[in-house]
Amino acid sequence: MTDVPRDPIAIDVGEVLGEVLSDVKRSVTSLYSSLVTRPTGRAVRSAIQLQVEGAGTVSLSLIDFSEVSIIDFSCADEVVAKLLQEYLDDGPPDAYFVFSGVHEPHRDQIETVLTRQALAAVVETHPGVFGLLGKHSAGEARVWGVLEEHGAIDAEEVDALLPGAEDREALGGLVRRRLAFRSPASGRVHALSRLVHHLL
Amino acid sequence: MVGLLLAGTIAGREQAALPRLGLPESHDVVGYLARMGFFEAARGIYDFDAPARRASSGGRSDVLLEITSVSSNADVHEVVDRVQGQAGAILTSKLGYPGTAAVQFSVMLSELCQNIIEHADAPGWVAAQAYNWAKRLGRFVVVISVMDVGRGFRGSLAGEHSLRYGDRWGDSTALEAAFLHGLTRFPDSGRGQGIQQIRKQVRRWDGAITIRSGTARIGQVPEWDDAPPLVDGLAPLPGAQVSIILPAKATDAFGTGGA
Repeated sequence: MTDVPRDPIAIDVGEVLGEVLSDVKRSVTSLYSSLVTRPTGRAVRSAIQLQVEGAGTVSLSLIDFSEVSIIDFSCADEVVAKLLQEYLDDGPPDAYFVFSGVHEPHRDQIETVLTRQALAAVVETHPGVFGLLGKHSAGEARVWGVLEEHGAIDAEEVDALLPGAEDREALGGLVRRRLAFRSPASGRVHALSRLVHHLL
Repeated sequence: MVGLLLAGTIAGREQAALPRLGLPESHDVVGYLARMGFFEAARGIYDFDAPARRASSGGRSDVLLEITSVSSNADVHEVVDRVQGQAGAILTSKLGYPGTAAVQFSVMLSELCQNIIEHADAPGWVAAQAYNWAKRLGRFVVVISVMDVGRGFRGSLAGEHSLRYGDRWGDSTALEAAFLHGLTRFPDSGRGQGIQQIRKQVRRWDGAITIRSGTARIGQVPEWDDAPPLVDGLAPLPGAQVSIILPAKATDAFGTGGA
Protein backbone atom coordinates (compact mmCIF):
# COMPACT_ATOMS: atom_id res chain seq x y z
CA MET A 1 0.00 0.00 0.00
CA THR A 2 1.38 3.42 -0.89
CA ASP A 3 1.56 6.16 1.68
CA VAL A 4 -0.18 8.75 -0.51
CA PRO A 5 -2.98 8.65 -3.10
CA ARG A 6 -1.73 7.18 -6.39
CA ASP A 7 -1.28 9.47 -9.37
CA PRO A 8 -3.07 12.69 -8.44
CA ILE A 9 -5.08 13.93 -11.40
CA ALA A 10 -5.15 17.41 -12.87
CA ILE A 11 -8.48 18.68 -14.15
CA ASP A 12 -8.57 21.88 -16.20
CA VAL A 13 -11.99 23.43 -15.54
CA GLY A 14 -11.58 25.73 -18.56
CA GLU A 15 -11.22 22.69 -20.78
CA VAL A 16 -14.19 20.90 -19.21
CA LEU A 17 -16.21 24.11 -19.54
CA GLY A 18 -15.31 24.42 -23.21
CA GLU A 19 -16.74 20.95 -23.86
CA VAL A 20 -19.89 21.72 -21.86
CA LEU A 21 -20.42 25.09 -23.57
CA SER A 22 -20.10 23.60 -27.02
CA ASP A 23 -23.27 21.69 -26.10
CA VAL A 24 -25.02 24.60 -24.39
CA LYS A 25 -24.35 27.22 -27.01
CA ARG A 26 -24.12 24.94 -30.01
CA SER A 27 -23.00 27.15 -32.87
CA VAL A 28 -22.22 30.22 -30.77
CA THR A 29 -18.50 30.70 -30.41
CA SER A 30 -17.45 32.35 -27.17
CA LEU A 31 -14.34 34.37 -26.58
CA TYR A 32 -14.78 33.98 -22.87
CA SER A 33 -14.71 31.08 -20.41
CA SER A 34 -17.61 32.07 -18.24
CA LEU A 35 -18.57 29.52 -15.64
CA VAL A 36 -22.13 30.73 -15.15
CA THR A 37 -25.62 29.24 -14.61
CA ARG A 38 -26.55 26.20 -12.53
CA PRO A 39 -27.10 23.80 -15.43
CA THR A 40 -23.61 24.60 -16.74
CA GLY A 41 -22.17 24.18 -13.24
CA ARG A 42 -23.93 20.84 -12.81
CA ALA A 43 -22.61 19.61 -16.16
CA VAL A 44 -19.06 20.68 -15.27
CA ARG A 45 -19.30 18.97 -11.87
CA SER A 46 -20.59 15.75 -13.46
CA ALA A 47 -17.66 15.73 -15.88
CA ILE A 48 -15.21 16.26 -13.00
CA GLN A 49 -16.85 13.49 -10.97
CA LEU A 50 -16.49 11.07 -13.87
CA GLN A 51 -12.74 11.64 -13.84
CA VAL A 52 -12.52 11.48 -10.05
CA GLU A 53 -14.44 8.23 -9.83
CA GLY A 54 -12.30 6.71 -12.53
CA ALA A 55 -9.22 7.43 -10.44
CA GLY A 56 -9.83 4.72 -7.86
CA THR A 57 -11.14 4.43 -4.32
CA VAL A 58 -8.66 6.99 -2.95
CA SER A 59 -7.99 9.96 -5.20
CA LEU A 60 -6.51 13.41 -5.12
CA SER A 61 -7.48 15.96 -7.78
CA LEU A 62 -6.06 19.32 -8.67
CA ILE A 63 -8.97 21.37 -10.01
CA ASP A 64 -7.55 24.25 -12.03
CA PHE A 65 -9.58 27.46 -12.52
CA SER A 66 -6.86 29.52 -14.17
CA GLU A 67 -8.52 29.47 -17.60
CA VAL A 68 -11.92 30.51 -16.23
CA SER A 69 -12.64 34.21 -16.67
CA ILE A 70 -15.78 34.42 -14.54
CA ILE A 71 -17.48 32.17 -12.03
CA ASP A 72 -20.86 33.18 -10.62
CA PHE A 73 -22.30 32.15 -7.25
CA SER A 74 -24.51 29.45 -8.76
CA CYS A 75 -21.56 27.77 -10.43
CA ALA A 76 -19.32 28.19 -7.40
CA ASP A 77 -22.00 26.32 -5.45
CA GLU A 78 -22.39 23.59 -8.07
CA VAL A 79 -18.74 23.09 -9.00
CA VAL A 80 -16.96 23.64 -5.68
CA ALA A 81 -19.37 23.32 -2.73
CA LYS A 82 -21.43 20.43 -4.07
CA LEU A 83 -18.33 18.61 -5.33
CA LEU A 84 -16.80 18.71 -1.85
CA GLN A 85 -20.07 17.73 -0.18
CA GLU A 86 -20.38 14.73 -2.45
CA TYR A 87 -17.25 13.12 -0.99
CA LEU A 88 -17.41 14.12 2.66
CA ASP A 89 -19.12 10.92 3.78
CA ASP A 90 -17.00 8.11 5.22
CA GLY A 91 -17.75 5.64 2.45
CA PRO A 92 -15.67 5.20 -0.72
CA PRO A 93 -14.57 6.75 -2.96
CA ASP A 94 -12.28 8.73 -0.68
CA ALA A 95 -11.65 11.88 -2.74
CA TYR A 96 -9.45 14.87 -1.88
CA PHE A 97 -9.29 18.14 -3.78
CA VAL A 98 -6.98 21.10 -4.20
CA PHE A 99 -8.25 24.09 -6.18
CA SER A 100 -5.70 26.10 -8.15
CA GLY A 101 -5.93 29.29 -10.19
CA VAL A 102 -8.43 30.75 -7.69
CA HIS A 103 -7.60 34.36 -8.49
CA GLU A 104 -9.16 37.46 -6.98
CA PRO A 105 -12.20 37.60 -9.33
CA HIS A 106 -13.20 34.06 -8.28
CA ARG A 107 -12.37 34.24 -4.63
CA ASP A 108 -15.43 35.98 -3.21
CA GLN A 109 -17.89 33.68 -4.98
CA ILE A 110 -16.08 30.51 -3.88
CA GLU A 111 -15.53 31.69 -0.32
CA THR A 112 -19.18 32.73 -0.01
CA VAL A 113 -20.62 29.37 -1.06
CA LEU A 114 -18.14 27.42 1.07
CA THR A 115 -18.88 29.49 4.15
CA ARG A 116 -22.62 29.21 3.60
CA GLN A 117 -22.39 25.41 3.52
CA ALA A 118 -19.86 25.27 6.41
CA LEU A 119 -17.22 23.85 4.07
CA ALA A 120 -13.55 24.65 3.56
CA ALA A 121 -11.10 23.92 0.75
CA VAL A 122 -7.38 24.07 0.09
CA VAL A 123 -6.81 26.64 -2.67
CA GLU A 124 -3.85 28.05 -4.51
CA THR A 125 -4.50 31.79 -4.50
CA HIS A 126 -1.25 32.90 -6.14
CA PRO A 127 1.35 30.74 -7.88
CA GLY A 128 2.74 28.42 -5.22
CA VAL A 129 0.79 30.10 -2.41
CA PHE A 130 -1.89 28.01 -0.73
CA GLY A 131 -4.55 28.84 1.80
CA LEU A 132 -7.70 27.58 3.44
CA LEU A 133 -10.85 29.13 2.02
CA GLY A 134 -14.29 28.85 3.58
CA LYS A 135 -15.40 28.06 7.10
CA HIS A 136 -12.71 26.90 9.50
CA SER A 137 -11.72 27.53 13.09
CA ALA A 138 -8.68 29.50 14.18
CA GLY A 139 -7.25 26.22 15.51
CA GLU A 140 -7.70 24.48 12.16
CA ALA A 141 -6.01 27.38 10.38
CA ARG A 142 -3.07 27.28 12.81
CA VAL A 143 -2.59 23.52 12.55
CA TRP A 144 -3.04 23.61 8.78
CA GLY A 145 -0.27 26.23 8.70
CA VAL A 146 2.05 23.94 10.70
CA LEU A 147 1.28 21.04 8.37
CA GLU A 148 1.79 23.22 5.31
CA GLU A 149 5.15 24.35 6.64
CA HIS A 150 6.35 20.80 7.29
CA GLY A 151 4.73 19.17 4.27
CA ALA A 152 3.88 16.10 6.33
CA ILE A 153 3.74 15.12 9.99
CA ASP A 154 4.67 11.61 11.07
CA ALA A 155 2.52 9.94 13.70
CA GLU A 156 5.46 10.10 16.17
CA GLU A 157 5.98 13.83 15.53
CA VAL A 158 2.42 14.88 16.31
CA ASP A 159 2.90 15.39 20.07
CA ALA A 160 6.06 17.42 19.58
CA LEU A 161 4.72 19.64 16.81
CA LEU A 162 1.22 19.94 18.21
CA PRO A 163 1.58 19.74 21.98
CA GLY A 164 -1.91 21.05 22.77
CA ALA A 165 -4.85 18.63 22.82
CA GLU A 166 -6.91 21.21 20.89
CA ASP A 167 -4.35 21.30 18.12
CA ARG A 168 -4.28 17.53 17.84
CA GLU A 169 -8.05 17.57 17.69
CA ALA A 170 -7.88 20.21 14.97
CA LEU A 171 -5.51 17.98 12.96
CA GLY A 172 -8.07 15.19 13.16
CA GLY A 173 -10.70 17.67 12.01
CA LEU A 174 -8.62 18.65 9.00
CA VAL A 175 -8.33 14.98 8.02
CA ARG A 176 -12.08 14.39 8.50
CA ARG A 177 -12.88 17.45 6.40
CA ARG A 178 -10.54 16.20 3.62
CA LEU A 179 -8.23 19.20 4.09
CA ALA A 180 -5.28 16.93 4.85
CA PHE A 181 -4.52 13.32 3.99
CA ARG A 182 -3.68 10.72 6.64
CA SER A 183 -2.03 7.59 5.32
CA PRO A 184 -3.91 4.52 6.49
CA ALA A 185 -0.61 2.61 6.29
CA SER A 186 1.76 4.84 8.26
CA GLY A 187 -0.53 7.31 9.99
CA ARG A 188 1.53 10.10 8.43
CA VAL A 189 -0.52 13.24 7.71
CA HIS A 190 0.27 15.01 4.42
CA ALA A 191 -0.39 18.59 3.31
CA LEU A 192 -2.48 18.31 0.15
CA SER A 193 -0.53 21.12 -1.54
CA ARG A 194 2.67 19.04 -1.40
CA LEU A 195 0.97 16.04 -2.94
CA VAL A 196 -0.07 18.00 -6.06
CA HIS A 197 3.04 20.14 -6.27
CA HIS A 198 4.42 18.30 -9.29
CA LEU A 199 1.19 19.03 -11.22
CA LEU A 200 1.46 22.81 -10.87
CA MET B 1 -38.19 50.19 -22.49
CA VAL B 2 -38.27 46.71 -20.96
CA GLY B 3 -41.49 47.83 -19.25
CA LEU B 4 -42.95 48.57 -22.68
CA LEU B 5 -42.04 45.08 -23.80
CA LEU B 6 -43.76 43.61 -20.75
CA ALA B 7 -46.86 45.75 -21.32
CA GLY B 8 -46.98 44.72 -24.99
CA THR B 9 -46.63 41.04 -24.10
CA ILE B 10 -49.48 41.21 -21.59
CA ALA B 11 -51.68 43.22 -23.97
CA GLY B 12 -50.98 40.76 -26.79
CA ARG B 13 -52.24 37.88 -24.65
CA GLU B 14 -55.65 39.50 -24.40
CA GLN B 15 -56.27 40.27 -28.05
CA ALA B 16 -56.08 38.48 -31.37
CA ALA B 17 -53.60 40.83 -33.05
CA LEU B 18 -50.35 42.37 -31.85
CA PRO B 19 -50.86 45.68 -30.05
CA ARG B 20 -50.02 48.71 -32.16
CA LEU B 21 -47.07 50.87 -31.02
CA GLY B 22 -46.81 54.47 -32.22
CA LEU B 23 -43.21 55.67 -32.24
CA PRO B 24 -42.25 59.13 -31.01
CA GLU B 25 -41.44 61.83 -33.57
CA SER B 26 -38.18 62.81 -31.95
CA HIS B 27 -35.19 61.45 -33.84
CA ASP B 28 -33.18 61.51 -30.62
CA VAL B 29 -35.64 59.25 -28.85
CA VAL B 30 -35.95 56.89 -31.82
CA GLY B 31 -32.16 56.79 -32.08
CA TYR B 32 -31.93 55.98 -28.37
CA LEU B 33 -34.49 53.18 -28.75
CA ALA B 34 -32.49 51.84 -31.68
CA ARG B 35 -29.18 51.94 -29.80
CA MET B 36 -30.75 49.97 -26.97
CA GLY B 37 -31.93 47.30 -29.41
CA PHE B 38 -35.57 48.05 -28.64
CA PHE B 39 -36.87 47.49 -32.16
CA GLU B 40 -35.30 44.04 -32.47
CA ALA B 41 -36.73 43.08 -29.07
CA ALA B 42 -40.17 44.51 -29.91
CA ARG B 43 -40.55 42.46 -33.07
CA GLY B 44 -43.26 39.87 -32.45
CA ILE B 45 -44.55 41.82 -29.43
CA TYR B 46 -45.75 45.04 -31.11
CA ASP B 47 -46.98 45.98 -34.52
CA PHE B 48 -45.01 49.10 -35.49
CA ASP B 49 -43.50 50.83 -38.49
CA ALA B 50 -39.77 50.28 -38.37
CA PRO B 51 -37.96 53.62 -38.27
CA ALA B 52 -35.86 54.79 -41.19
CA ARG B 53 -32.31 53.50 -40.94
CA ARG B 54 -30.97 57.05 -40.67
CA ALA B 55 -32.98 57.67 -37.51
CA SER B 56 -31.82 54.51 -35.90
CA SER B 57 -28.12 55.04 -36.39
CA GLY B 58 -26.60 56.27 -33.18
CA GLY B 59 -23.42 58.11 -32.37
CA ARG B 60 -21.38 57.47 -29.24
CA SER B 61 -23.15 54.92 -27.13
CA ASP B 62 -23.27 54.44 -23.38
CA VAL B 63 -25.01 51.12 -23.72
CA LEU B 64 -23.51 48.37 -21.57
CA LEU B 65 -26.05 45.82 -22.67
CA GLU B 66 -28.71 46.22 -25.32
CA ILE B 67 -32.16 44.89 -24.48
CA THR B 68 -31.68 41.15 -24.50
CA SER B 69 -34.35 38.53 -24.28
CA VAL B 70 -33.69 35.86 -21.65
CA SER B 71 -35.46 32.56 -21.74
CA SER B 72 -32.74 29.92 -21.61
CA ASN B 73 -29.41 28.98 -20.13
CA ALA B 74 -27.67 29.87 -23.41
CA ASP B 75 -29.16 33.39 -23.24
CA VAL B 76 -27.50 33.94 -19.86
CA HIS B 77 -24.15 32.89 -21.31
CA GLU B 78 -24.65 35.30 -24.16
CA VAL B 79 -25.49 38.17 -21.79
CA VAL B 80 -22.36 37.51 -19.74
CA ASP B 81 -20.16 37.27 -22.84
CA ARG B 82 -21.52 40.51 -24.29
CA VAL B 83 -21.20 42.40 -21.04
CA GLN B 84 -17.60 41.33 -20.56
CA GLY B 85 -16.82 42.88 -23.91
CA GLN B 86 -18.66 46.15 -23.34
CA ALA B 87 -18.98 46.91 -19.66
CA GLY B 88 -15.43 47.30 -18.46
CA ALA B 89 -14.65 50.54 -20.29
CA ILE B 90 -17.89 52.27 -19.23
CA LEU B 91 -17.67 51.14 -15.60
CA THR B 92 -14.14 52.50 -15.43
CA SER B 93 -14.53 55.71 -17.43
CA LYS B 94 -18.02 56.80 -16.34
CA LEU B 95 -18.25 55.42 -12.81
CA GLY B 96 -14.61 55.36 -11.79
CA TYR B 97 -14.85 51.71 -10.73
CA PRO B 98 -11.71 49.54 -10.75
CA GLY B 99 -10.90 47.45 -13.81
CA THR B 100 -12.05 44.28 -12.04
CA ALA B 101 -15.60 45.68 -11.65
CA ALA B 102 -16.61 44.14 -14.99
CA VAL B 103 -16.32 40.71 -13.38
CA GLN B 104 -18.60 41.55 -10.45
CA PHE B 105 -20.97 43.31 -12.84
CA SER B 106 -21.13 40.20 -15.05
CA VAL B 107 -21.69 37.94 -12.05
CA MET B 108 -24.55 40.19 -10.95
CA LEU B 109 -26.17 40.05 -14.38
CA SER B 110 -25.77 36.30 -14.50
CA GLU B 111 -27.60 35.86 -11.19
CA LEU B 112 -30.33 38.33 -12.22
CA CYS B 113 -30.95 36.52 -15.50
CA GLN B 114 -31.00 33.12 -13.82
CA ASN B 115 -33.75 34.40 -11.53
CA ILE B 116 -35.90 34.85 -14.61
CA ILE B 117 -35.35 31.31 -15.83
CA GLU B 118 -35.52 29.52 -12.50
CA HIS B 119 -38.18 31.47 -10.66
CA ALA B 120 -40.36 33.18 -13.25
CA ASP B 121 -40.81 30.17 -15.53
CA ALA B 122 -41.38 32.68 -18.31
CA PRO B 123 -39.28 34.84 -20.61
CA GLY B 124 -37.91 38.22 -19.66
CA TRP B 125 -35.53 40.96 -20.72
CA VAL B 126 -32.43 42.63 -19.39
CA ALA B 127 -30.71 45.89 -20.35
CA ALA B 128 -28.03 48.15 -18.92
CA GLN B 129 -27.16 51.71 -19.83
CA ALA B 130 -25.09 54.58 -18.44
CA TYR B 131 -26.79 57.96 -17.89
CA ASN B 132 -25.57 61.34 -16.79
CA TRP B 133 -27.72 62.16 -13.77
CA ALA B 134 -26.24 65.63 -13.52
CA LYS B 135 -29.35 67.18 -11.97
CA ARG B 136 -30.61 64.26 -9.90
CA LEU B 137 -27.31 63.16 -8.39
CA GLY B 138 -24.52 65.17 -9.93
CA ARG B 139 -22.92 61.98 -11.18
CA PHE B 140 -23.06 59.36 -13.88
CA VAL B 141 -25.02 56.22 -13.07
CA VAL B 142 -25.45 52.83 -14.67
CA VAL B 143 -29.01 51.51 -14.62
CA ILE B 144 -29.72 47.79 -14.94
CA SER B 145 -33.28 46.83 -15.69
CA VAL B 146 -34.64 43.29 -15.61
CA MET B 147 -38.28 42.33 -16.15
CA ASP B 148 -40.15 39.12 -16.73
CA VAL B 149 -43.70 38.12 -17.48
CA GLY B 150 -43.67 35.17 -15.09
CA ARG B 151 -45.57 34.23 -11.97
CA GLY B 152 -43.97 36.80 -9.68
CA PHE B 153 -42.32 36.31 -6.30
CA ARG B 154 -45.57 35.38 -4.52
CA GLY B 155 -46.32 32.74 -7.15
CA SER B 156 -42.80 31.34 -7.07
CA LEU B 157 -42.64 30.98 -3.28
CA ALA B 158 -46.28 30.15 -2.47
CA GLY B 159 -45.95 26.34 -2.64
CA GLU B 160 -43.07 26.17 -0.17
CA HIS B 161 -43.61 29.11 2.14
CA SER B 162 -47.16 30.53 2.12
CA LEU B 163 -48.47 28.27 4.91
CA ARG B 164 -46.02 29.50 7.50
CA TYR B 165 -47.09 33.10 6.82
CA GLY B 166 -50.81 32.33 7.07
CA ASP B 167 -53.03 35.38 6.55
CA ARG B 168 -50.01 37.64 6.17
CA TRP B 169 -48.96 35.94 2.92
CA GLY B 170 -48.99 38.35 -0.01
CA ASP B 171 -46.77 40.19 -2.47
CA SER B 172 -44.93 42.20 0.16
CA THR B 173 -44.27 39.23 2.49
CA ALA B 174 -43.08 37.17 -0.50
CA LEU B 175 -40.68 39.95 -1.48
CA GLU B 176 -39.44 40.26 2.11
CA ALA B 177 -38.93 36.49 2.27
CA ALA B 178 -36.78 36.44 -0.87
CA PHE B 179 -35.08 39.82 -0.60
CA LEU B 180 -34.34 39.98 3.12
CA HIS B 181 -34.24 36.34 4.18
CA GLY B 182 -33.01 34.59 1.01
CA LEU B 183 -35.93 32.15 0.89
CA THR B 184 -36.43 30.24 -2.32
CA ARG B 185 -38.77 27.51 -3.51
CA PHE B 186 -35.87 25.05 -3.73
CA PRO B 187 -35.07 22.98 -0.61
CA ASP B 188 -31.35 22.93 -1.51
CA SER B 189 -29.38 24.94 1.08
CA GLY B 190 -27.08 26.27 -1.65
CA ARG B 191 -29.97 28.16 -3.22
CA GLY B 192 -31.29 31.61 -2.44
CA GLN B 193 -27.97 33.38 -2.35
CA GLY B 194 -28.24 35.13 -5.73
CA ILE B 195 -30.28 38.08 -4.54
CA GLN B 196 -28.35 38.27 -1.28
CA GLN B 197 -25.04 38.51 -3.12
CA ILE B 198 -26.43 41.05 -5.59
CA ARG B 199 -27.56 43.20 -2.64
CA LYS B 200 -24.12 42.92 -1.08
CA GLN B 201 -22.38 44.01 -4.29
CA VAL B 202 -24.83 46.88 -4.86
CA ARG B 203 -24.16 48.07 -1.31
CA ARG B 204 -20.39 47.96 -1.91
CA TRP B 205 -20.90 50.28 -4.88
CA ASP B 206 -23.29 52.52 -2.86
CA GLY B 207 -26.05 51.66 -5.30
CA ALA B 208 -29.80 51.14 -5.04
CA ILE B 209 -31.79 48.02 -5.84
CA THR B 210 -35.55 47.62 -5.94
CA ILE B 211 -37.74 44.67 -6.83
CA ARG B 212 -41.36 45.18 -7.80
CA SER B 213 -43.73 42.26 -8.11
CA GLY B 214 -47.50 42.07 -7.82
CA THR B 215 -48.66 45.05 -5.81
CA ALA B 216 -45.49 45.54 -3.78
CA ARG B 217 -42.00 46.92 -4.14
CA ILE B 218 -39.03 46.34 -1.85
CA GLY B 219 -35.67 48.00 -1.97
CA GLN B 220 -32.27 48.56 -0.46
CA VAL B 221 -31.97 52.30 -0.28
CA PRO B 222 -28.64 54.14 -0.13
CA GLU B 223 -28.19 57.48 1.61
CA TRP B 224 -28.48 59.46 -1.62
CA ASP B 225 -31.97 58.09 -2.31
CA ASP B 226 -35.14 58.82 -0.35
CA ALA B 227 -37.36 56.02 -1.66
CA PRO B 228 -39.22 54.02 1.01
CA PRO B 229 -37.76 50.52 1.48
CA LEU B 230 -41.14 48.78 1.20
CA VAL B 231 -44.29 49.91 -0.59
CA ASP B 232 -47.53 47.96 -0.92
CA GLY B 233 -50.80 48.70 -2.69
CA LEU B 234 -49.24 49.57 -6.05
CA ALA B 235 -50.95 48.82 -9.34
CA PRO B 236 -50.49 45.07 -9.97
CA LEU B 237 -47.44 44.19 -12.03
CA PRO B 238 -47.38 40.74 -13.59
CA GLY B 239 -44.02 39.00 -13.20
CA ALA B 240 -41.23 40.97 -11.61
CA GLN B 241 -39.11 44.04 -12.22
CA VAL B 242 -35.63 44.44 -10.78
CA SER B 243 -33.98 47.86 -11.05
CA ILE B 244 -30.42 48.55 -10.01
CA ILE B 245 -28.78 51.97 -10.02
CA LEU B 246 -25.02 52.11 -9.64
CA PRO B 247 -23.64 55.61 -9.14
CA ALA B 248 -20.19 56.87 -10.07
CA LYS B 249 -17.75 56.93 -7.19
CA ALA B 250 -18.22 60.17 -5.28
CA THR B 251 -15.26 62.50 -5.47
CA ASP B 252 -14.10 64.66 -2.60
CA ALA B 253 -13.04 68.31 -2.74
CA PHE B 254 -9.67 67.25 -4.11
CA GLY B 255 -11.23 65.31 -6.95
CA THR B 256 -10.17 61.93 -5.65
CA GLY B 257 -12.49 58.99 -5.08
CA GLY B 258 -14.19 59.34 -1.75
CA ALA B 259 -16.89 56.66 -1.78
